[in-house]
Amino acid sequence: MAASSSSSILAPVAADGAGTGHAHFGRLLLAEWTKLRSVRSTYWSLILLIIVFPFFCWLFPYLTVANWKQASATQQANLMLDPIGQVMAPGQYLGQLSVAVLGVMVSASEYSTGMVRSTLLASPHRVRMLAAKSVVFFLLVLVIGEVVSFAGFFIGRQTLKSLITVNLNSGDIRQVVGGGLYLAMLGLFALVLGSLIRHVAGAITGIVALLLVVSGLISLIPGRTGKYLYTYEPTNAGFAIIAKHVPDNFLLSPWEGYGVFALWTAVLWVLAAWLLERRDA
Amino acid sequence: MIEVKDLVKKYGDTTAVDHLTFTVEPGRITGFLGPNGAGKSTTMRLILGLDRPTSGTAFIDGKPYRELRDPLRYVGALLEARAVHGGRTAFNHLLYLAQTQGVPKRRVGEVLDLVGLGPVAGKRTKGFSLGMGQRLGIAAALLADPQILILDEPVNGLDPEGIVWIRDLLKALAAAGRTVFVSSHLMNEMAVTAEHLIVIGRGRLQADMPVTQFIAQFSDTAVLVRTPSALEFRAAVEGRGWKVTPAPQDGSLIVTGSTAEQIGELAAERGLVLHELTPQRASLEEAFMELTRESGEFAHRPVPPMRAGAPGTPVAEESQTMQEVSDGRQQ
Repeated sequence: MAASSSSSILAPVAADGAGTGHAHFGRLLLAEWTKLRSVRSTYWSLILLIIVFPFFCWLFPYLTVANWKQASATQQANLMLDPIGQVMAPGQYLGQLSVAVLGVMVSASEYSTGMVRSTLLASPHRVRMLAAKSVVFFLLVLVIGEVVSFAGFFIGRQTLKSLITVNLNSGDIRQVVGGGLYLAMLGLFALVLGSLIRHVAGAITGIVALLLVVSGLISLIPGRTGKYLYTYEPTNAGFAIIAKHVPDNFLLSPWEGYGVFALWTAVLWVLAAWLLERRDA
Repeated sequence: MIEVKDLVKKYGDTTAVDHLTFTVEPGRITGFLGPNGAGKSTTMRLILGLDRPTSGTAFIDGKPYRELRDPLRYVGALLEARAVHGGRTAFNHLLYLAQTQGVPKRRVGEVLDLVGLGPVAGKRTKGFSLGMGQRLGIAAALLADPQILILDEPVNGLDPEGIVWIRDLLKALAAAGRTVFVSSHLMNEMAVTAEHLIVIGRGRLQADMPVTQFIAQFSDTAVLVRTPSALEFRAAVEGRGWKVTPAPQDGSLIVTGSTAEQIGELAAERGLVLHELTPQRASLEEAFMELTRESGEFAHRPVPPMRAGAPGTPVAEESQTMQEVSDGRQQ
């Protein structure tokens, strides 16, 4: 009786039907990739990025060209000094929001939906899971980020053609490549923040406030302290990668700035990993 | 095999799990029973490495869950709260879990068919009913063909057909030598499913024994007696050391600690007239309530008697009778 009912009600599992081997890093990478590509928020956020980034790389140069005669001497000088930076900045500034939101969702939504319990049952080695998630998301945003950066650059360059010829010298390519690098690091930064805060709305509020309010407000603090705070605020530090020349109140070179952003992200990542191990899921 | 040893979990001042020690053996269904808030889910989360114990250990085949290298092949778990992203399809939810352990993709389709979700495999899970969500959780538990199943309230939200199905499934798994550990707050469900019981209340172990022994030990029989000579009868019964309490209605008496036969013989001996002599069926449910009455976190007052004719009257009377029966045994 038991035998007959067991054969009818249990799925016939062939020898090796459930696979073998353990939950190693490669498998977790594949699983995290599946998770990422199987929810709509990923598509919506990235489609938004793909539309918004190049659009603003077109809009601002277009307005510049249209209003060139009324533009002040400083505005004209700024464009001539750093045309790539002027093209990239608007797209970067607005495009970064969708990456930040997606980064938070990727980690924090696991907590809001309770799915993190399924994830951790499958991968009780929690740090390995966080590492796999980080790698997959960083690489995805890096690829899409580079595509939109180059698209934005070429669109902006076309738009400015009547005013200035922008060449992509080996010295300037850092500014365009940097667009993708910045977005990828920002995505990881947001993912880590979401993992620390474990609450979608809270973490999104935090990162958007950092990007749109704190980063700017901080530059109003006078003196050397103000310069330090402005320079070492993580997103300001990272954003410098797309500028030809850093602003006067920025104390580092563009690459150093990006290094500071990466360091911030790394420190928070380690903190997130430590808390992930310790906290109840 | 699951081994829990001196397990303690505290949340601030609250002790959810209080020095629990028990073993869940393979080859049979072990029921994990307790009222709401007794600590069943917490214990399961501790076994599964989701929560960190304050002290003590929980081992799966001799190792903590967190040290298992392919955990889904050891343990399939269904947790009480839904652990699914509503925007993902049932298929993709299982697919990513399968990929973590290298379970072949076709197995995903197999388990979905097994639990009856084949037709909705491509649907996003936010539209799933409670029962469908429960079936998806069971599919996830069975995905990697584990040796051990830990299921938290698996019958929740299932229709009667689903309940029979899960019961048969668990029995088949146990018969195939798997370890099956199932929690429930419904004693009667466990009575027809489990062979062994672990009962907890307020995080403490109350009983760890076969179902048959549990019934024998915790449900002493009560007998309802109606007699015109209540005073003499009471004296006679109490003289034998049995307990008597007045039943709520019409002056009848409840005698505990004895059988109907013994009471009838005693009455005949003393020449007392009996109008009724009815053994009260002591169910497993009553035995369970008796055992955990004091230990439920959300212990409630008995339902007050309702006015005659008001809706729900029969329920109120029945529950009050049961309450009185157990009160009788307490004295």
